[in-house]
Amino acid sequence: MAVKQHYLPQRQRNILNKVLVTGIGLFLLLVFLTPLGYMAVSGIKSTDQINDPDASPFWPQSPKTVDYEAETLQVFEVPTDDGVKELAAVKKTRTMTTFIDPANPAAGQIEWEGNWRQLTPVYQPNPQWENFKTAWNELNFPRLFRNTLIIAVTGTFGAVASSILVAYGFSRFDFRGKKVLFMILIGTIILPAQATLIPTYIVFARLGWINTFLPLIVPHFFANAYNVFLLRQYFLQIPREIDQAAMIDGAGPFRILTSIIIPQSVPAITAVSLFHFFFAWNDFFTPLIYLVSKPELWPLSVGLQRFNATYGRMPNLIQTGALITLVLPVIIFFMAQRVFMQGIVFSGVEK
Amino acid sequence: MATLNRPQVTSETPVATRAVKTPKQGHMQRYHNKWGLIFISPWILGLLLWLLIPTLATLGFSFTNYSAVTPELTQFVGLKNYIRLPTDPKVVTSLWVTIRYALVSIPITLGFGLLLALLGNSEHLMGKNVFRTMFYMPMMIPAVAGAVIWKGVLNTQTGWFNLGLEAVGVPGPDWINSPTWITPALVFIGLWGVGNLMLTLMAGMQGVPTELYEAAELDGANGWQKFRNVTLPMISPVLFYNFTLMLIGTFKYFDMAYVLKDGTGGPADQTLFYVLNWYKNSFEYNLMGYGSALAWLLFLIVLVLTIVNFRAQSSWVYYAGEGEG
Repeated sequence: MAVKQHYLPQRQRNILNKVLVTGIGLFLLLVFLTPLGYMAVSGIKSTDQINDPDASPFWPQSPKTVDYEAETLQVFEVPTDDGVKELAAVKKTRTMTTFIDPANPAAGQIEWEGNWRQLTPVYQPNPQWENFKTAWNELNFPRLFRNTLIIAVTGTFGAVASSILVAYGFSRFDFRGKKVLFMILIGTIILPAQATLIPTYIVFARLGWINTFLPLIVPHFFANAYNVFLLRQYFLQIPREIDQAAMIDGAGPFRILTSIIIPQSVPAITAVSLFHFFFAWNDFFTPLIYLVSKPELWPLSVGLQRFNATYGRMPNLIQTGALITLVLPVIIFFMAQRVFMQGIVFSGVEK
Repeated sequence: MATLNRPQVTSETPVATRAVKTPKQGHMQRYHNKWGLIFISPWILGLLLWLLIPTLATLGFSFTNYSAVTPELTQFVGLKNYIRLPTDPKVVTSLWVTIRYALVSIPITLGFGLLLALLGNSEHLMGKNVFRTMFYMPMMIPAVAGAVIWKGVLNTQTGWFNLGLEAVGVPGPDWINSPTWITPALVFIGLWGVGNLMLTLMAGMQGVPTELYEAAELDGANGWQKFRNVTLPMISPVLFYNFTLMLIGTFKYFDMAYVLKDGTGGPADQTLFYVLNWYKNSFEYNLMGYGSALAWLLFLIVLVLTIVNFRAQSSWVYYAGEGEG
């Protein structure tokens, strides 16, 4: 058999390889993304549905009931002489249960001997779409979204604007000490936030900035190493002859930046903006430190964490909340994924 | 060599002297100095305000017993905070929890990332772009949302993870509440952040010259040998870059541990990562002097790790163009 395989035509072998490799990839992907599936279906279950051991662990299901003579009756799978039938229990006792056939109630009551508890209840799909509304109000999502947007948008503006200026300085001007300063800039990447946080916190407290957005926004207006590094790499690729030509035409350094460098660097600037926006959207540590005692100013991250810590009895709403929290960054990511992934590879591989 | 250097220009240097020597160069240099510093000034200011001064202030605080509750009682205590560090069982535990996580998680994540990068670069894979995008996507999920999702998935009663294990006949443990299983759980959760690693490895693999593979094939190398002797050495700089990032990242690990166990560090202190212990001391117990000492120890650890990493890389990282001349 092994010998025979070698004689498989090239085309068939290619198809086999394609199916095999793609199959492995799909399988891994499926396992990898399973937690998102759990989130999505748990988010549309009620707590009863989550805790019901007989209900499907996957799709939200409730015991099937029918209304009969102003009463709500539960439906069971009942073994009868004509095979298993779905019947609604009218009267349940331990030794005898009276059923009616919901498909044909006029046929009258059917009696079945045995304990009704041994019967399998019939389940039907019953997704709880109103969880979205409940979670939206319970977690106060309008407020969480507003706070997150204020922090993310202003912070992104500050980070991008300042990083453009600094990257321009490092890429276009041969000032003295540039090499040393650039090495210091890169070196700051390893400095842990914890090494600076306590004195900064104390100063912010003295300034009355605790429980305001300022500690989450203001420091970003002073550029940071990642953004400057990525933008500088990109600016360096723009030929200097272009700015020299503009300089001869009388353009000053600011003019060159706004009319040549920035328009040429839209992909890099977009990538940096997205990075910072996501960073601010997802940041949990900084708002935890500066805003924790002021619920009115909580962003999504802190709001969801507090809800999770307080309402452990509502695992369904926690999952709905997680879904609402992640949907915007994920959608933006899908829309901008090309720019995004280029930015990562650019900053990661080019060193 | 010295003669090739540009004359030292300081603010005291008389302008006339420079003008005589290199009139145009001096002018250009002044232009570059002026505008360069103007443009980088936001960063210089930030460096002083948010990095240098606070880091030094942290060092200062670390020699005091500063507490946010009673700042007026602050006293200089010398090295007391530092002497306490090695005898504080929480510090020892937090270091062990952090290092153990790094030791387990980094090799597994690197292996998984390599596997995904190989798959993603395979000529046989259909839908490459979808593959890359979907494996990267969880990195976009806010850490808190990711944590609550995983807390649900790993739940003993209703989580899918244990249902899957039961389906193949293995009784699943209580991942989140068992001191033994919380670390493996965190390793699984950590795999969700494989996106950056995968992308940079893929790009690194694409950068390997095809001639090298052709030469290896001529020498009769099989697939594994090509991977071992061509791909792996050629992508070692990328592996190294990611290794360094992940190692430092472990010493900053906080969000997941905090959200999964509501900041308690439990079960049995097994999620008491270094930064969580720092946070509890500094902001829950308000021991900011002691917290400052913890912060400086963290800074030193990260610094040493980075230096050791860069030293060690010369022994196994291959950079193209090196050692040929």
